[in-house]
Amino acid sequence: MKIKALLFVCALIFAPWVMADEAKPLEDPEIKERFKHLASELRCLKCQNQTIWDSKAGLADDLRKQIRTQIYAGKSDDEIVQFMVDRYGDFVRYKPAVDAKNLFLWIGPFIFMLVGGLILVRYIKIRRAQSSEAEDIISEEDHLRAKEILEQGGDK
Amino acid sequence: MSRRILPIVVVVVFAVMMGFFYKGLQLDPQKLPSALIDKPAPAFHLPQLHDVSKSFSPEEMKGKVWLLNVWASWCAACRSEHPLFMQLARKGDFPIYGLNYKDQRPDAMQWLKQLGDPYIASFSDLEGNVGIDFGVYGVPETFLIDKQGVIRYKHVGPVSRKDWIEVIEPKMKELNG
Repeated sequence: MKIKALLFVCALIFAPWVMADEAKPLEDPEIKERFKHLASELRCLKCQNQTIWDSKAGLADDLRKQIRTQIYAGKSDDEIVQFMVDRYGDFVRYKPAVDAKNLFLWIGPFIFMLVGGLILVRYIKIRRAQSSEAEDIISEEDHLRAKEILEQGGDK
Repeated sequence: MSRRILPIVVVVVFAVMMGFFYKGLQLDPQKLPSALIDKPAPAFHLPQLHDVSKSFSPEEMKGKVWLLNVWASWCAACRSEHPLFMQLARKGDFPIYGLNYKDQRPDAMQWLKQLGDPYIASFSDLEGNVGIDFGVYGVPETFLIDKQGVIRYKHVGPVSRKDWIEVIEPKMKELNG
């Protein structure tokens, strides 16, 4: 009975080490940093708004394993990302690359801003020209009449 | 002049955006285009589910149009497409092979025993590494591979009768020429 209790206590004490098994600390901090960086840049395809680093899905687990294996096999970061893109497409990049296909998405907002700005400037210029024209149309005489009418209106 | 052009520009931009929304909002974000379309099917050697001593490689299928269905006994959606595959297997027009993805052999064999086995052969991808090579991100997935061993189409999720009749079967017939 006592032994059983002792074993139970031992199990409790050592439980955290057993639990920590999945996230084994990697020996080399440089590799650890690369692993974390890569896993955070790749999307988990199963739970699309999470990175492979964040996700608990089985697929993310497999892909983490894959990244780790490839780091140890001496692959460069670009090679590992390319490996994923070849299999899962560009969507796997959490941070999309700038290339010919999506260039418009990158610079589109700036183009819209530029076009919008130009239209605004033109519009303001036209309005200004119109209002100064309007001033010219009204003669001195009309001005005085208008003033008169306004003042009379005020007396009523 | 700009007074006349401006409304036209606004209407055109609006129409284009509506067009994108009309198309875009109907897409299922869970269904991703495969990066492997029109690329050669990745090579692999896997033991067959029913006979571990025999292996299978897609090379053997050169000259045939065939389906590779990714399935697992733990996959609930696989059950819904299974009767269709059984029917297709009985018709026997196209060879269907199974990639048994991240499954336990006894479970997989039990599953086939219970529901029937539409596959000419299934291969065990215990670690899911072949799955990664094929860009599998959810089960079931079905690949259509042509005579040259090139992946021509990928269906994500269970294949419905409609998918089969409207999309996959015509493609297979076309490839069979």
